[in-house]
Amino acid sequence: MININEVLETNKMIRSQHLDVRTITMGISLLDCIGSTISETKQLVKEKILKKAEKLVAVGEELSAELGIPIVNKRISVTPISLITARTGGSVEIAKVLDECAEILGVDFIGGYSALVHKGMTEYEKEFIKTIPEALSVTKKVCSSVNIGSTKAGINMDAVKMMGEIIKETAYLTKDNGSIGCAKLVVFANAVEDNPFMAGAFHGVGEADVVINVGVSGPGVVKAALENVKSKDLTVVAETIKNVAYKITRVGQLVAKMASERLNANFGIVDLSLAPTPVMGDSVAHILEEIGLESVGAYGTTACLALLNDAVKKGGIMASSHVGGLSGAFIPVSEDIGMINAVKNGKLCLEKLEAMTAICSVGLDMIAIPGSTDKDVISAIIADEAAIGVVNNKTTAVRIIPVHGKDEGEVDFGGLLGTAPIMKINTSSPNEFISRGGRIPAPVWANKN
Amino acid sequence: MKAIVTVIGKDTKGIIAKVSNFLFERDINIEDISQTIMQDFFSMVMMVNIVDIKTPFSVIAKECDNLGKELGLEIRIQSEDIFNAMHRI
Repeated sequence: MININEVLETNKMIRSQHLDVRTITMGISLLDCIGSTISETKQLVKEKILKKAEKLVAVGEELSAELGIPIVNKRISVTPISLITARTGGSVEIAKVLDECAEILGVDFIGGYSALVHKGMTEYEKEFIKTIPEALSVTKKVCSSVNIGSTKAGINMDAVKMMGEIIKETAYLTKDNGSIGCAKLVVFANAVEDNPFMAGAFHGVGEADVVINVGVSGPGVVKAALENVKSKDLTVVAETIKNVAYKITRVGQLVAKMASERLNANFGIVDLSLAPTPVMGDSVAHILEEIGLESVGAYGTTACLALLNDAVKKGGIMASSHVGGLSGAFIPVSEDIGMINAVKNGKLCLEKLEAMTAICSVGLDMIAIPGSTDKDVISAIIADEAAIGVVNNKTTAVRIIPVHGKDEGEVDFGGLLGTAPIMKINTSSPNEFISRGGRIPAPVWANKN
Repeated sequence: MKAIVTVIGKDTKGIIAKVSNFLFERDINIEDISQTIMQDFFSMVMMVNIVDIKTPFSVIAKECDNLGKELGLEIRIQSEDIFNAMHRI
């Protein structure tokens, strides 16, 4: 028997603490859409996506009405396109098909214009990566990612070198829109196959044909819970977060289960990530400040984030039958009002963000930097982030926007992508290091067998 | 098939009668009612059975919302699943 306090508690989380289902993402395998010509592939891809995801948005809305919780985004992820077009080429045309499907179906993003090159690149993959800037500039909803390193493989520094150039070119081609193309491009180390969040989502080759992955979000709920335990010790703080994370994740589990049944798909995973939005009351930075920091970015930030991330995982793991995706606290600078303010006030710098990615969150995300930044500096930022991920056996990523034509101020992407203040960076040249290319070998503890 | 109707707002005459009538008109049976007044705010939670409804749930959910706006209250109907998921292991 559900009691009145439980009902009121759940609804308070939804109505005033911004608890929502951040995304239902349908992963679709395109391995059976590889035609012998690009026209054939285009047709097969379009047919399959339109067929499998036909009811995705409708089911999302249905579940939202039934459960009384917003289901904010419905998204699609596909098999990395570099695998689908390896024989025929024409990947930009496939990007347009993906964009068209997203438009027809009413989903807000479609991810998977991706390549997995952690150990090495085929000639075709190099060509594919070079098409990323164009693909992102001629489409609206397509997201792209490249995996340049892994704990098992080490770091592909040839790919890292390329990605610095690719990011600059993407910024240039979308310069009339605040270089927004870069907001749809993620460079990964240890990328996961079942991430429901954009821009890094793709449908890995180890996955079933059609899979539902869900991301829930409630930074506001966590913060509200912590407001009740002011000046209690950190064990109490950790327990409070853990208990709330359990409740939040239970909603994700329920939605994933119901959505996969209604869409005739496999239940994939629930991603435990605490994902903020730019709206007030929905900030991860504010949770850290609630734990007791004057501003996110102060010393103590890394420790608080370690506590938060761990407690979220412990509560969330109990709540879900399968946990996956990124499942780490997100610290996207443009999508978190607390982060934006801390950067603007000079309290949060890139070096601190890098430290935070080492301990428990997913990466340098939505970082706007001066448009004049050298491509090798960008590659070196990627290399640093990759090293953190590869050595610590975790996913790290870089989603960085060198805003073409702007070296200070801020850039507004609109919507969920938010507003990003342009951050100062260290311009000392890593040029000789990046020019060397080659591979950084896998760390010794990758040899676990 | 169970659902939960929540009514929140300033206490006014006839809330229970109006909401019960709304549910009756839609073949929804009330199985349990709990209510509390918290800081002037009237909160009522009804466990209802929607097995006999003739219109889609999302339509009824919208009508509930509209009724709430009409009466100056927040009225929602939700599947009990979300509460069970969150508060029961």
